[in-house]
Amino acid sequence: MIPIIFVLPLVQLIILINAATFEMKSIRVSVVDLDLSPSSRRLIGKYEGSPFYKIVQTTFLYNEALNLMQKGKVDVIINIPDGFERQLVRENQGKVQFVINAINQVVAGLSSGYCTSILIDFNRELLQDWLNPSQLAGLKNIQTDYSYWYNPKLNYKTYMVPGILVLLVTIISLILSGMNIVREKEIGTIEQINVTPIRKIQFIVGKLTPFWIISLFELAFGLTLGKLLFDIPLVGNLWLIFLSAGVYLFVILSFGLLVSTITNTQQQAMLVSFFFMVIFILMSGLFTSIESMPGWAQEIDRLNPLMYFIKIMRMVLLKGSTFTDISKHFYSLVFYAIVMTSLAIWRYRKVA
Amino acid sequence: MKRFWGFVVKEFYHIFRDYRTLLILFGMPAVQMLLFGYVITNEIKDAQIAILDLSKDEVTRRISEKVLSSGYFILEKNLTSFDEVDQVFREGNVKLALIFEPEFAKNLDKAGKAKVQIIGDASDPNTANILVNYLQGILSNYLISLNAEKIPMQITPEVRMLYNAEMKGVYMFVPGLMAMLLMLISALMTSLSITREKELGTMELLLVSPLKPLQIIIGKVSPYVFLAFVDACIIIILGNTVFGVPIVGSVVLLLFESLLYICMALSLGILISTITSSQQIAMMVSLVALMLPTILLSGFIFPVENMPWILQWLCHIMPPKYFITIIKSIMLKGNGFEYIAFETAVLVGFTLLFILLSVKKFKVRLA
Repeated sequence: MIPIIFVLPLVQLIILINAATFEMKSIRVSVVDLDLSPSSRRLIGKYEGSPFYKIVQTTFLYNEALNLMQKGKVDVIINIPDGFERQLVRENQGKVQFVINAINQVVAGLSSGYCTSILIDFNRELLQDWLNPSQLAGLKNIQTDYSYWYNPKLNYKTYMVPGILVLLVTIISLILSGMNIVREKEIGTIEQINVTPIRKIQFIVGKLTPFWIISLFELAFGLTLGKLLFDIPLVGNLWLIFLSAGVYLFVILSFGLLVSTITNTQQQAMLVSFFFMVIFILMSGLFTSIESMPGWAQEIDRLNPLMYFIKIMRMVLLKGSTFTDISKHFYSLVFYAIVMTSLAIWRYRKVA
Repeated sequence: MKRFWGFVVKEFYHIFRDYRTLLILFGMPAVQMLLFGYVITNEIKDAQIAILDLSKDEVTRRISEKVLSSGYFILEKNLTSFDEVDQVFREGNVKLALIFEPEFAKNLDKAGKAKVQIIGDASDPNTANILVNYLQGILSNYLISLNAEKIPMQITPEVRMLYNAEMKGVYMFVPGLMAMLLMLISALMTSLSITREKELGTMELLLVSPLKPLQIIIGKVSPYVFLAFVDACIIIILGNTVFGVPIVGSVVLLLFESLLYICMALSLGILISTITSSQQIAMMVSLVALMLPTILLSGFIFPVENMPWILQWLCHIMPPKYFITIIKSIMLKGNGFEYIAFETAVLVGFTLLFILLSVKKFKVRLA
């Protein structure tokens, strides 16, 4: 059991961190060039030269390109119409069509952005070639310098490791605590405990403690692994992390125990825990941002303990926020912990 | 035959008398569709930004107005000095800082060039990247309108989004949701069901009865086939009616492939149940070793092509990946059977493999 609790999640962490990324590797392109002019070839050359693109096919027939897209072998079709260069020279205008596979709309948005930015670059190059210097000088320009703080290389892993670590620790804790009391109910040993003089509060807290300790160890282990393997920044105060983790685990474990007291079989307990777990995870801001959710959903999200803890983790680990910065979230977690544990204690009855 | 039928009916009773499980099994698809459709979105809007305007002239004010009225940005704070940037990021609400250099309008007019600094909070690198790109887009649009009469040449891109013209996120989620839920119900529930009998000791009773082991397994599994199939239909119907996810291809083919996937997951569940004897372990293995890879390695949220080579290879041995490809192919692209013959064969292969392994490992005696 112990190996499963420790090894499985950490193996998962390693695998999943490498998987969870939106960084584009290479966009597979099919080029339909009906113009075959120096300008169109120059434009295609820009895409060929970019490490983000891989030209998989060049054809005259749009249908051939579309066929590849249906088969899933091509992500973007670049369509250069006949007369592209002629139109550029005569009418000072040009049109290029990008047909993008939009099933994964995030990737599609990013691809569209890259394609248009290369086109804009190409436009600017042409302008510099074809305009004389005085015309060029008349053009105004706003120079934008951009920089990224706390994570200058936009390392997505840095962002995901704390989140996924929390996720794994939560899943393990929830499942273990959820199945715990129900297991005793199913096997029948709960009756033996019920006839002992142990008090409800002692019983529940006693059940909580081992898992609490194990989960804290797991978090520590995961953080060490994260530092060794992925070099995640540990900018802030680690004691803050463990303090918040302690409170957070109280919330999760009590929730699991609460579920355990209201279900009759392990299967039910697991399903109910899983149900809530998925909702918590999806709304926690781990994979998608909270601000994009509609107002009513953000209100409901206030009941999501994961949301607070992930915020605390990210703020302290990546930005070095202090206690005052996270105090709002911290106190929410404390309040939540007290409520949850009390509910679990109250709900547990010593009679069958 | 009558014995077998009696057994199957008993199993159905077991399930349908368990209200809590049924509620969750039917409620889960509905709730998750709701989440994915209305709540979770990868689109970024109303991002809070801080503006440090060291110039405070007409041009910077006009640019700020354009930025704030784009729908992507909301002004959280006006800063007065550069030192405040770190502090405001640390407090956690602001995602981006926009800084105008002093005497912006004068520089733009006289020297033809003015500087703007954009600082993104990259503790969330994805959002930061997208926001910076949006902002640069707004700035370049403004530039084009400034230079309008002077630019003699303009190449316009025409972008056409195929299969998902409105770029709705739901299109990604329905196939992934189906893969996940069907795997959950079929693999997880089945393995739990069989291991529960072992744990409670009633498996021995079944084994000494005149029922053949094969009949026991099929009997235990059949209610879940039914449940999983109903769930699949619920997801497809909800997706279609509430969220407008189309079914461009053949519905019959879609249902057939779903049934195949259910059988594959069931055989996986049976295999898990033959190697474990405790419900907790069966569940841990199913959940952590199946569920998380199904969500993260199947192309559900993160595209397979972006992963490092080792992981891509790992994805190729995940059955859900093939199922998701099949569903997207049929529902969104409208492909016929020829396009998905390979993936279908893979699923059939997996099913046969799991069944073979289960048969080998299933012991008629319990010790």
